[in-house]
Amino acid sequence: MTDAKVSTQVLSNGLTVVVEQMADVQSAAITVLQPTGSVYDLLGKSGTAALLSELLTRGAGDNSTRELSAALDNLGVQRSVSPGLSHTTLSAATTADRIGDAIPLLADMMTDPHLDDNQFVPAQDLVRQALHALEDEPQQRLAQYLRRCSFDAPWGNSSGGTLTEIDAITIEDVRSHFNTHARPQETIIGVAGNISAVETTDCIEAAFGSWKGGEGSEITTSPRESSPRHIIHESAQTHIGLAWASLPYSHEQYFDAWAAISILSGGMSSRLFTNVREKRGLCYSVSASLSTLKHEGRVFGYAGTTNDRAQETLEATVAEIRGLHEGLTDDELRRCKAQAKSALIMQQESTTARSSSLARDTWHLGHVLMADDIRSRIDSITVEDVRTYAVDYAPKEIVMVTIGPEPLRNDCLQAAAATV
Amino acid sequence: MQYHQYELSNGLNIVAELTPSVHSVAAGFFVRTGARDEISDVSGVSHFLEHMAFKGNDKYSADDVNRIFDEVGARYNASTGEDVTTYYAAVLPEYLGTTMEMLAVLMQPSLRQDDFDMEKNVILEEIGMYDDMPSFTAYDNVMATHFFGHPLGQSILGTNESITALTADQMRDYHRQQYNAANITLAVAGNTNIDEVRALAEKFCSSIPSGSGHRKLPAVEAQVRSEFIVKEGSGHQHIMQMGMAPLASDSLRFAAELLAVIVGDDSGSRMFWDIVYPGHADSAELGYNEYDGAGTWMTYLSCHPDQTVDNLQRMQEIFEVINNDGVTEDELEQARNKVASRIVLRGERPMGRLSSLGGNWVYRSEYCSVADDLEIVRSIGANQILSLLQQYPLKVNTTVGVGPLECL
Repeated sequence: MTDAKVSTQVLSNGLTVVVEQMADVQSAAITVLQPTGSVYDLLGKSGTAALLSELLTRGAGDNSTRELSAALDNLGVQRSVSPGLSHTTLSAATTADRIGDAIPLLADMMTDPHLDDNQFVPAQDLVRQALHALEDEPQQRLAQYLRRCSFDAPWGNSSGGTLTEIDAITIEDVRSHFNTHARPQETIIGVAGNISAVETTDCIEAAFGSWKGGEGSEITTSPRESSPRHIIHESAQTHIGLAWASLPYSHEQYFDAWAAISILSGGMSSRLFTNVREKRGLCYSVSASLSTLKHEGRVFGYAGTTNDRAQETLEATVAEIRGLHEGLTDDELRRCKAQAKSALIMQQESTTARSSSLARDTWHLGHVLMADDIRSRIDSITVEDVRTYAVDYAPKEIVMVTIGPEPLRNDCLQAAAATV
Repeated sequence: MQYHQYELSNGLNIVAELTPSVHSVAAGFFVRTGARDEISDVSGVSHFLEHMAFKGNDKYSADDVNRIFDEVGARYNASTGEDVTTYYAAVLPEYLGTTMEMLAVLMQPSLRQDDFDMEKNVILEEIGMYDDMPSFTAYDNVMATHFFGHPLGQSILGTNESITALTADQMRDYHRQQYNAANITLAVAGNTNIDEVRALAEKFCSSIPSGSGHRKLPAVEAQVRSEFIVKEGSGHQHIMQMGMAPLASDSLRFAAELLAVIVGDDSGSRMFWDIVYPGHADSAELGYNEYDGAGTWMTYLSCHPDQTVDNLQRMQEIFEVINNDGVTEDELEQARNKVASRIVLRGERPMGRLSSLGGNWVYRSEYCSVADDLEIVRSIGANQILSLLQQYPLKVNTTVGVGPLECL
């Protein structure tokens, strides 16, 4: 937007702060990306980052859990702390006049958590219960298996941890995880709202400026799990997950990839929705979306379908994926451009969405993509660009995971590469 | 910000909250029809009809409808509840005309036989999808149990059997009866002006037939029932419970919302501190749901099967203490701050205002600005909570379980 003002500053301790002033809103939101995600979980201790996320809310600085919770509630702060792959993400929003009072409390959570012995067992119980609950949700389990078969570990690991390893983790592991990896140099804070950039940056400097943090450590990778794979589950539907290679956000052809996947699954006029659901009535839910790590990207596809139609649904979905480069039209591209531009402008109405974009752009690209930049990149995409992407990155190998009563035949996954 | 309310000559109501400073505009039809308005042999027809609306009319095919919404970059969808079916879209202001035309198409679809036959498959798939979600299964069944013998107990999705047996003619009859102007409210929120709203409403909504919007509101009789849906092989238990709470038309509903935040919000509430925070459950919540002529307290518990009984006991103890002693002033102030902040944040987006604008009109024929809502929340004191508890104590009378347990 032409009225947007973004200021980026690196504080003396190395912390990156990105602030955008938004004049037409009453709220302000903050996103903190701290490099304590699950990729740093030690081997055999998957779930350490998930436990840290839970413990960050359980007492920090001078405040007990209850004091912290009451103070933030009284400031009207809606917040969440969640474990991700690279980062633990704190997201918080309230009215713009109160964000300055909230920032010191949030800083305590992210830099000075108590990590108390007596909080550990309840936090572990809670994370274990959440993992048990997940076992009953085939669609969510599917997503986890699909990632494990798509990315090398630890990038394919579930950031919430696993039932088999959660019991092996101790409070010392969590402290060590925090003390080693939480550090300002790799932390990014995005703030968006009806605020002054200078005042906000000063406020963050005061709250986070003396934070030193740990040294970090290297990540050890190991090969992804094999596929195709079927998990037996007595469910009403067969849940089909498909994945194939694409491009990361930082790649120069990323927007071409984005346009191609939008044509495949971006709206109710997209190919998957029209040809698998509307014309054949094979499923309620069918979709594909780009998922990006810093250095690699994938497309994750999903279809949920009753068991006796699952084979047909799989074949119809794979046919659309394989045929993406065929018959691309100006109309298809125009529709996905319209949706993107509309989404860009609507993002200016949400401080939460905007603060998250500020932090994530900075992590992936080293700078913030402004709406005008994105708009001009989107405008410049041609059908030929999309076709080139679809041919060059036609899936050579499609990873498949299914959950349901019976496995499916996977011969349709093997096919010749796309040709023009 | 300006508010306008008026009626078209066919009786269709229009409510508009116009705010020039936002970037988008949202519009939606709130149709006062839902699962409760179905007679038993057409169970699921409201929701199936909501899907069929997108199949278009004589001028626009199903492909046209989806294509045109996508061409203007609309964020659009529809939803069916017990009381109301909603169709909505948010767009940039220059596309409001096209969007209003397409939304109006949804109100008067052709309901072609071949589209009906094909979409029936999608509905059956949707039933299958929700069948694999334990919390949804629990909700569907706790509604059926709590409102046993009452129209609000009727399933939104219907069953495989009722959908398979449903005919296009039955759907056409239902549509003719329910989708008349007296039952329909058009809400518009965001960046446009009243002249445009008037012109578009006149152009696209005048052909909707007038009719009667009468709905029977039978009293709800408290049921004392429990039901357990056993999922063998499942390692987790889901419990939903319901009790009686203020009706949508009752001014005690605001106090009920605050009390639910104090007792059963997902963080910082009494149930959170006593049950979730110590790790006894991954979820333990209390919500207040309002319906036309009814209201419920609804609890949701998700935990290890072995801990279910203890957790239900903990919930019961919390309810008893609240019923006897009320809440503290600190808790009340905290809840007022939480709710006020939610109102402001939700109200920043036209899409957020739309649901409040349309909902208030459909349920109560009233308008509440963000400032009105904030004032009401600020004004709720301990005395209102006490009168609420006298009339609607925290008490559950129906229980539904989904998971390995066969009983408590």
